[in-house]
Amino acid sequence: MSPIQKNPVLRETAHTLIPIIFLYALYVQFHSDFGPGGGFQAGVIFATGPIIHGMAYGFDLTRRFFPPWVAEALACLGVLIYIGVGYAGLIYGKNFLDYSGFAAVAAEGEHWGVFLVELGVAITLFGTITTLLYTLVAKRDKKN
Amino acid sequence: MISTFLIYALFFMMLAIVGLIIISRHLFISVMLFGFFSLLSAALFVVMDAPDVAFTEAAVGAGLSTILLLAVIAKKNVRLIDKPPRRKTFVVMITMVALGALLVYSTQDMPSFGDPSSPANQHLAGDYLARTQADIGIDNTVTAVLASYRGFDTLGELFVIFIAGIGAVAIRAAAAADKQQKN
Repeated sequence: MSPIQKNPVLRETAHTLIPIIFLYALYVQFHSDFGPGGGFQAGVIFATGPIIHGMAYGFDLTRRFFPPWVAEALACLGVLIYIGVGYAGLIYGKNFLDYSGFAAVAAEGEHWGVFLVELGVAITLFGTITTLLYTLVAKRDKKN
Repeated sequence: MISTFLIYALFFMMLAIVGLIIISRHLFISVMLFGFFSLLSAALFVVMDAPDVAFTEAAVGAGLSTILLLAVIAKKNVRLIDKPPRRKTFVVMITMVALGALLVYSTQDMPSFGDPSSPANQHLAGDYLARTQADIGIDNTVTAVLASYRGFDTLGELFVIFIAGIGAVAIRAAAAADKQQKN
């Protein structure tokens, strides 16, 4: 354990902050139609959760809660959602990534498309950044 | 008026920080100054009425890259304090100053900030601003352009990030294979 992980104040701060950060990321994600923000930003803010958890409790514990394979699967899932929404446009008789066919009113369909695409972006960002972090913070050997 | 003052103040603070980054020989100090530099540029984007860009800069530039760089320098085999520079850096410095002067000189051809007759504002921007409400039904034009009008470009961006993730996984797998070979 590094000194920062032994510090109870920092651990409690992380414990309190992580839910608030997740809530804020959700706000950034779902309020992006009306204010600044979007999938890219929300995904990064979501990834702050595992980062802070790892710094406070050690990344070995974070890996147990949130295994690397889940992060990798999420990164793939987000890209698949984006491409899936694109092909859904084809199914509804429009062009690739044209969302206007998703609902009876074209603007309504576009709104749905933007929502789903941003969701895919956020999921991929979250998964990829957590994967990058897990790669940089190498697994500690058992003997240390 | 106040925004012009803020822009100049932020620019000079950023310049000062860049100077500190160049002088600093300690990696930790450099990384923290990089983060501070990003934070200041995020503030600059807010003053320039680009909250979306500021948001990304604050989250990715100030937050995430600082964390990733810290994760790298936290490794045991990283030398934190740099050796004093060799004599050749003088030539490098003169080249860099000349290059910077050239770049500043070339900005004179750029349209001034917020110029309504600049090519960027003449081409599609007005069209997007006028049509977003009716076409997409959302208020934020930036989101509409990003996810709908330019959805294909964003898909490419997403692929870039995804490929970075694949690269990280590949590096990890290669390192694990190396370890297994040694044992």
